[in-house]
Amino acid sequence: MKLFKVLLFVCSIALGLPAHAEKVTVAAAADLKFAMDEIVTSFKQANPADEVEVIYGSSGKFNTQIQQGAPYDLYFSADIAFPRALAKAGLAASEVTPYAFGRIVLWSATMDASQMTLESLLNDKITRIAIANPRHAPYGKRAEEALRAAGLWEKVEPKLVYGENIAHTAQFVQSGNAQVGIIALALAVNPELAGKGGYWLIPDKLHEPLEQGFIITKRADGSALAKRFAGYMGSKPARAVMTKYGFVLPGEAAGSE
Amino acid sequence: MHLSDSDLQAIWLTIRLASIVTLILLFVGTPIAWWLARTKAWWKGPIGAVVALPLVLPPSVLGFYLLLGMGPNGPVGHLTEALGIGLLPFTFWGLVVASVFYSLPFMVQPLQSAFESIGERPLEVAATLRASPLDAFFTVAVPLALPGFLSASILTFAHTVGEFGVVLMIGGNIPGETRVASVQIYDHVEALEYMQAHNLAAVMLVFSFAVLLTIYVWRPNPKRGV
Repeated sequence: MKLFKVLLFVCSIALGLPAHAEKVTVAAAADLKFAMDEIVTSFKQANPADEVEVIYGSSGKFNTQIQQGAPYDLYFSADIAFPRALAKAGLAASEVTPYAFGRIVLWSATMDASQMTLESLLNDKITRIAIANPRHAPYGKRAEEALRAAGLWEKVEPKLVYGENIAHTAQFVQSGNAQVGIIALALAVNPELAGKGGYWLIPDKLHEPLEQGFIITKRADGSALAKRFAGYMGSKPARAVMTKYGFVLPGEAAGSE
Repeated sequence: MHLSDSDLQAIWLTIRLASIVTLILLFVGTPIAWWLARTKAWWKGPIGAVVALPLVLPPSVLGFYLLLGMGPNGPVGHLTEALGIGLLPFTFWGLVVASVFYSLPFMVQPLQSAFESIGERPLEVAATLRASPLDAFFTVAVPLALPGFLSASILTFAHTVGEFGVVLMIGGNIPGETRVASVQIYDHVEALEYMQAHNLAAVMLVFSFAVLLTIYVWRPNPKRGV
């Protein structure tokens, strides 16, 4: 009987949640973890009545999920090819908007990675190198390209471990299980990670540009909030946050070649 | 239906992992189950609860603790490095250790109930015939609990095959080392290669059904066995 009452109580709470005027759910690539958190916070300060929920994960997985009708209103991909494909399939309610170029870095939690280059990965002291899975993670693809361009891929491949997305890759390094990783600059500059080891920016001539883009999904067609949030990405405060996290912005693409 | 070389490698790796884990757990789980079935100590409860933990814990919790614990700053990591084994995450043996924890209740619980259903009587009879406790265990308890051993082993094997979250967290997805079938399917899906995912997923589906069918169709009644 007591259990029944508890259940009833829980249900009443679940059903009694105040109905918000508007709410959007954002699916964002894992490299945006810290930057997007800040952007959403400042957006909410400016629009206290709105609710923006962000889910972080791998761009490829979100792409699949949106194809299958996942309830995301905006989709920020680390690879603009994914939203482009969705738009082509009629699953977008907006243009595909480029919002940033990502950069990759060597990062370590235990060594001073700022003194390293890609050649340092051949060092025998480094037994595990974490990269994101090149099969589906944009940052992993670029990491592989850079290692190939440097002529190191064959030599370091036996040392590689693959994270599911870029945040997962960083976590392999943060826990010390891999001595070095190739991760997103946007994650490496976060205070939590920057406090350890340090990072080395991998020259972007070694890989294809990491052009990132977002869309409003078809599900959110007509949602005013989704439109406002998309517009906010181009605002000054949002751009400042993106720059702070090492993203190169489309309008200022000087560093992207 | 076409399975690629890396699919076959993943399947073989999965079978190898599940077999080794089942074998280890037969040795580790049997004494635990025996003790749990026979003891009247007050800490039977707490120990039983610890054994059952992997049933309720999300694999992410287990994976998180194992990753930190077996890492270079964790207690297990210190131990394995001192022993010259190196670090366990991202290795096949790391997965073995993780799976032993993960599948422990699937070995212990069926064995425990098999042992419990034997009761005191047969062992007392064995004792009056001057069988030592160890002797009685091997000549009386084990044969009577044989169905329990079989279903515990099958369940342990199958549950290890079905492992995913823990492997994802501590495996590092290395071909031939930690990329088991479940992870390989996940990768196929992520890479939008649904056809390949379908093939491997079908193999897993058929396998799992066959295993469960074996247990359900041919399910010896332990009570009748006594």
